[in-house]
Amino acid sequence: MSDLPLTFAKVSYAVGATPILRDVDLVVRAGAPTFIIGPNGSGKSTLLRLAMGLIAPTSGAIDWNGSRDPAPRRRAIVFQHPVLLRRSVAANLIYALDQAGVEKSKQDRRCTQLLDLVGLIDLASRPARRLSGGERQKLAFARALARSPELLILDEPTASLDPSATLALEQLIAKAARDGIKILIASHDLGQVRRLAGEIVFLHRGRVLESAAMKDFFEQPRTAQASAFLRGDLISEE
Amino acid sequence: MRILFSALTMACLTFGAQAQEKVITIASTTSTQDSGLFNHLLPAFKAKTGIDVKVIAQGTGQALDTARRGDADVVFVHAKSAEEKFLAEGFGVKRFDVMYNDFVLVGAASDPAGIKGSRDIVASLKAVHAKTAPFVSRGDKSGTHVAELALWKEAGLDPAAAKADWYKEIGQGMGAALNTAKAMGAYVLSDRGTWISFKGKDDLIIAVEGDTKLFNQYGVMLVNPAKHPHVKADLGQAFVDYVISAEGQKVIADYKIEGQQLFFPNAGK
Amino acid sequence: MMEGSGALDLVLSGDPALYAIVRLSLVVSLSAVALAALIGVPLGGLIALTRFPGRAGVIVLLNAFMGLPPVVVGLAAFLLLSRSGPLGSWGLLFTPTAMVIAQAALITPIIAALTRQSVEDLWSEYRDELNAMGVGPLNRLLTLLYDARIALVTVLLAGFGRAAAEVGAVMIVGGNINGFTRVMTTAIALETSKGDLALAMGLGFILIAIVFAINASAWALRYYAERRIG
Repeated sequence: MSDLPLTFAKVSYAVGATPILRDVDLVVRAGAPTFIIGPNGSGKSTLLRLAMGLIAPTSGAIDWNGSRDPAPRRRAIVFQHPVLLRRSVAANLIYALDQAGVEKSKQDRRCTQLLDLVGLIDLASRPARRLSGGERQKLAFARALARSPELLILDEPTASLDPSATLALEQLIAKAARDGIKILIASHDLGQVRRLAGEIVFLHRGRVLESAAMKDFFEQPRTAQASAFLRGDLISEE
Repeated sequence: MRILFSALTMACLTFGAQAQEKVITIASTTSTQDSGLFNHLLPAFKAKTGIDVKVIAQGTGQALDTARRGDADVVFVHAKSAEEKFLAEGFGVKRFDVMYNDFVLVGAASDPAGIKGSRDIVASLKAVHAKTAPFVSRGDKSGTHVAELALWKEAGLDPAAAKADWYKEIGQGMGAALNTAKAMGAYVLSDRGTWISFKGKDDLIIAVEGDTKLFNQYGVMLVNPAKHPHVKADLGQAFVDYVISAEGQKVIADYKIEGQQLFFPNAGK
Repeated sequence: MMEGSGALDLVLSGDPALYAIVRLSLVVSLSAVALAALIGVPLGGLIALTRFPGRAGVIVLLNAFMGLPPVVVGLAAFLLLSRSGPLGSWGLLFTPTAMVIAQAALITPIIAALTRQSVEDLWSEYRDELNAMGVGPLNRLLTLLYDARIALVTVLLAGFGRAAAEVGAVMIVGGNINGFTRVMTTAIALETSKGDLALAMGLGFILIAIVFAINASAWALRYYAERRIG
């Protein structure tokens, strides 16, 4: 069972009377990372939570390779502030492996592989909630990989990290992308976007204003809002 | 969690072990328990018969109710009229006199009603009423409470019905009544046994004693197995037989606190 | 401090009757906590994680039941367990088992209500992550109960404190039988009624000391565990 392509068809989402997303049409296919960018409050996190199936659209439809069942199959998410279980680093991973249906006999080996990959092998028995910010993010990333995802969703994963931790996580993201995992990521960091992105989706006030290849977006933004965003201006009212 | 489970297991084992032994339950009064008589009498009974006795100490009225519900094998109380009613209802097999002690009217040393040294309880209660001196009543349908009400009736007074503010019904046991009387400088009717063994006398004294009207008879009854089939009739009857036997009567007579005999055996007299 | 020295003398005298009373108090109240936990913890967790009509009413009721008067619980247990009551044939009245049942009934709402609160708080923190991992309902409950384990120790302790301190229920269903159902609180009530206030106060100090010691060790356990687990 595959989760790709992921399709949004005229998806709107509102909290009470306040619209957060409006008529979003979007198709996410396998390939280079897709970055969701846009100013604060433009609806990036909501779009990612919808993509993960954690919330349901107010109107419109989302499907994952044709299925509208929101139960996660081959997808995973890493939040800006991941919540780790109150147990050891290794136990957090074993838990995720167990949930992903990995056989008991293979869990230990896979756990070691993942810890090795993200560089937490020496901290395996450390309580997860005692980790530093960068270490937590790496563990959350390893936990997401434990699901062997086709689609990996990341919500501003480096927003609260220092430069070296950011670099380490970017390397992990780049490797995952090289390994064929589709990355759908929200970011504020335009340098990071330039380093990693394949495509860009530009969100503004809950609407998708542009959807383009990374190079095109940076060189020839088609809307005034995107141009202003790239210049770092405060975006004026429509 | 594991500790809790082992505690539970231990508890079950403990309780289970108890259930295997020869045990009877006696509903009795606070006066017999608080005076220490049972601590003296029961070991002797156990040595003789091997039967353990569990005593529920309540007011006489409550003790009779406990037996009515079938929650005791034997009743050992002191309110003859209530006991006879219990028998008439068919809850008891047969009532035997066991022993008597007497009531004393206890009060503060300051003696606000001026009755200290009197041997006339009825006249003394009239004096308490006339001076509206504070008076504490058990108010719990116990044998002592029943006796107190009978004495007021004999004095032609009914302070409970009059809701007199000097008359306090506390609805508690003898010891609690003595504690309350001490705190309020009030008079209170007590059985002599509880009075002698009461530890916090301070300035409480005996105001009135020696009136034959203060006589307090104890009786014992086996709860009727015809009403409550689970009653341990054999073991219960063994207790009844023991306390009215010459041997049991001697043990009761031998019980003394500070050299004073508390209960006077009179079975079969 | 006449009372204080009374307590000290009691402990130093090594009176076996005293130790039997202390032991029974602990056995009864710990058993009641175990029984109440067996019912209250899963119940609280279920209420935290399920949505059904009348749920708000159930929660209000549960919270209100945290303040059940022990004497009323005792009376209800008495009527149930009395030979003339529906469960009279079990012959449990005036036994330690009856005391365990009454205390468990008293503290089950406390444990259920506090567990519900802990689990619900944790669920709001964990919801997205667990849903993203596709955790099913049963596993969700087990995960949250396990991860709330430190908070649950405090919950059980609150139950133990209430059970060990109450006198109304055990007096009624236990009958305060010397050497069989007499526990610390009923012994204190008895000594008070006998006018031996020094002895009563001494027993009271011992009870407080025990409750204090158990709370202190649980606090230490919690402190250590929080540093370990985070």
